[in-house]
Amino acid sequence: MSDTLTVNLTVNGEKVSRAIEPRRNLVDFLREDLQLTGSHVGCEHGVCGACTLRVNGEIVRGCLMLAVQAEGAVVETIEGVSDSGEIADLQEAFHERNALQCGFCTPGMLLAAADLLNANPGAGRDQIREHISGNYCRCTGYQAIVDAIEAVGRKRSGQSS
Amino acid sequence: MTEKSPLTVLDRPNSFIGKSVSRAGAKRLLEGRGTFVDDMTLPRMVHVAFCRSPFAHAKFGAINSEAAKAASGIISVVTGRELAEYCTPWVGVLTHLQGLKSAPQHAIALDKACWQGEAVVAVIAETRSQAEDAVELVEIDYQELPVVADMETALDDATPVIHSDLGDNLCFQREVDIGEVDKAFADAHCVVEETFNFGRHTGVCLETRAIIADYNPSEEHLTVYLSAQAPHMMKNLYAKHFGLNEDKVRVVCKDVGGSFGIKVHTYPDEMATGALSIMLKRPVKFNADRLESFVTDIHARDHRVKARMAVSKEGKFLAIDMDDLTGIGPYSVYPRTSGIEANQVINLTGGPYTIENYRANARVVFTNKNGMCQYRAVGHPIACAVGEGLVDAAARAMDMDPVELRRRNLIPDDAYPYTYATGLVYEQLSHHQCLDKLLEMMDYDGLRREQAEYRDKGIHRGIGFASMIEVTNPSPAFYGVGGAFISSQEGCTMRLDHTGGITCTVGVTEQGQGSDAVMAQVAATAVGVPMENIRIVSGDTDVVPYGGGTWASRAAGIGGEAALRAGKALRENLLEIAAIILQADAAALDIQDGAVVDADGGTERMPLSELGRIVYFRGDTLPKDVQPELVVTRHYVPKAFPFAFTNGVEAFYVEVDVDTGFVKLLKCWVVDDCGTIINPMLVDEQIRGGVVQGIGGALYEECLYDERGQYLNATMADYLTPMAMEMPDIEVGHVETPTKDSELGAKGVGEAGTTGAPAAIMNAINDAIQPFGKHVSDMPFTPERILKALGKV
Repeated sequence: MSDTLTVNLTVNGEKVSRAIEPRRNLVDFLREDLQLTGSHVGCEHGVCGACTLRVNGEIVRGCLMLAVQAEGAVVETIEGVSDSGEIADLQEAFHERNALQCGFCTPGMLLAAADLLNANPGAGRDQIREHISGNYCRCTGYQAIVDAIEAVGRKRSGQSS
Repeated sequence: MTEKSPLTVLDRPNSFIGKSVSRAGAKRLLEGRGTFVDDMTLPRMVHVAFCRSPFAHAKFGAINSEAAKAASGIISVVTGRELAEYCTPWVGVLTHLQGLKSAPQHAIALDKACWQGEAVVAVIAETRSQAEDAVELVEIDYQELPVVADMETALDDATPVIHSDLGDNLCFQREVDIGEVDKAFADAHCVVEETFNFGRHTGVCLETRAIIADYNPSEEHLTVYLSAQAPHMMKNLYAKHFGLNEDKVRVVCKDVGGSFGIKVHTYPDEMATGALSIMLKRPVKFNADRLESFVTDIHARDHRVKARMAVSKEGKFLAIDMDDLTGIGPYSVYPRTSGIEANQVINLTGGPYTIENYRANARVVFTNKNGMCQYRAVGHPIACAVGEGLVDAAARAMDMDPVELRRRNLIPDDAYPYTYATGLVYEQLSHHQCLDKLLEMMDYDGLRREQAEYRDKGIHRGIGFASMIEVTNPSPAFYGVGGAFISSQEGCTMRLDHTGGITCTVGVTEQGQGSDAVMAQVAATAVGVPMENIRIVSGDTDVVPYGGGTWASRAAGIGGEAALRAGKALRENLLEIAAIILQADAAALDIQDGAVVDADGGTERMPLSELGRIVYFRGDTLPKDVQPELVVTRHYVPKAFPFAFTNGVEAFYVEVDVDTGFVKLLKCWVVDDCGTIINPMLVDEQIRGGVVQGIGGALYEECLYDERGQYLNATMADYLTPMAMEMPDIEVGHVETPTKDSELGAKGVGEAGTTGAPAAIMNAINDAIQPFGKHVSDMPFTPERILKALGKV
């Protein structure tokens, strides 16, 4: 288990090279090797969505992908999209609407929401609910999250909320 | 005071009470910059993983850990006997639950495992993965023992006794018999009878339990970073069981990724982590993985209730007679015990109604399953579903509208204070007002018409109600009187800094519900400063006043009152100094928007930053006999009533597919009365989140065990929790009846939604399938159970 492979990838715009065990999954690599602790681990089964990340522009489960599979990839985490301001409107809407309580699911939820709105800013409530069904929230009951995403979608597509 | 001065703090100018202020503390979480326990790494920190019993009941003898000790990165392999030198066992009893008994429980089992998942050996390594690898290498010689899996037979003579020293498998029994129950049933026009089953479920906090224990032998000082709700309670228990001076134990709760009652108990693996830190003289981290979480986080419910109700010809409820049985695992959980849920069930059933004859028997029995203890709404969903299920059964039997039947029996709004048959004292409830408001919100008559139209088309929709009461703001009657060091008081220390900012340290803890935000709103209002001038510090026992933390819907009502009292006291001190500086009468001054102003007219006299500058840096300019005190502490403990009861009503509109058994939740309405509402948005979100956890228990969630005590669905793929797609929009309304026990008047709200949802959903399903002459009463209402009830499978 101690054999390592060297992996080169880009994380939040920075080039990273590390020798890692092949069995290490991507979210553990980010959290433990790079101290990017904004991505959370909820189930390690690919069910709860707390570890949702963006790899080469697509959202993935950080617990279902090995870090060595990210060789050459562009990885973005909540830290990256926060610092760039890309999802500032979503974060503001979540804050105003209290679309988070404990905040453990929130980074994954925001990345899933951003993914939906990038593809379809006019998504309706049912489409929003379906898209975030892979991201579990145990606190809010989801309605505030749907409200917040819907409000941002409307603003982005030029409709008044 | 001038005649324009407000009557109470709630009426102050620029009040933030009643405003939907966003939570300042949420911003870090939105950027992934929170600090959950697993986000932390300390120097020399090591990780522990546990060998856990694969059997529900087994003795074990020889433990061979040679191969594990030789594995890469291993620091130590520790057995229960070795660890017992560092941690004494505990017994989960409370003296006010008379007769409740349990066996001594160790951090790591000594020679016998009593449930599948109990820790048997600890493996400590440089990394968690190395520890997990070595767990596989430990050889343990298990001898399986007969398993007590069925609570129904746990007390039979033929069933083995789990702890022979206790004599039997009965943990606790309580009987109440009030009024003339037999006579009431004999005189009844109608008697309805039902058996209700409530499946085991659990909290599934998205952040699993996590702890870092950091023992410093040079000072004999232990610091514990914990994902938990009650830091002072844990501080006491660590000192007690590790043999430390309690003054040298510090518990720090930073961000907590959901708790819901799960993180307010003593867990053996967490105690083991603390003891290992003392043994190894270095920081040790334990973070449960999801499997460990399912098999060791406390479970709840798992009650079987047989109940009947007598009703008069006029539709008056005459009597309730019930028998509650619950299986709580092999130990009563420490220190809150596993007797509380059953106790609540027999205290609260029928609680919204004027019922004078009441008999109940509750038995709490040991089983070889994971431990059960207090989870959000403790006992309430069971009591509510039993009571409301009987009400709807009576409505069906008597062919009455369920709303009309409730109206005839709900305690009148002008009948308070009111003492219920079981002795519960209600200060002032508003059942009828809440019901009226709910019916208006949902357009009840229109909905009934719509239901009839759909029924004609072969679509089966149902409407279900649940009136409810909720225990909030508990006094020491809950735990303190039973001998547990669980505080019912709360405190707030408030300090004006020279900048004009105010730092508040509070005993209540933030779990995401927004208690920090609510404390800030109360503090800002009581002193008279903008929200951005307030900073809240919570969760660190070295810093905050002694308090109980977050449980039993107490943070806003008890912690809020402490903050209010501290704010008023600080304001008084500030005005006294301001009057000296300004050579004015303190009574003619006020503090508004962060400045000292003329009480009459509001003209600014001096910003608080100027007052702070003078006090902190130019004390020489103040009179010699004046010593300003810009730090105050105030506490509050409820005394007038054992609990501040709240009330409310929920309704669900559902559609049952009678071919597949699937239930679609179309809409939910809630009207709740939690007294003074400090932050309407946060209150509504507590209700919505609570309702959805109630939906989980009603439709999806169940910890399934087989007859050997093997847990069958311990993954998030197999244990179903509510997902966004299936959840309805939930409309929330309010009636506000403040408690007079505090100036703030706030009662709790965190558990209301969870209390009523299962009952309302059950009644809605039964309303939908009524044309088939069938009904359901076993939760969760899975498609299979509904089809079985309909006779289709």
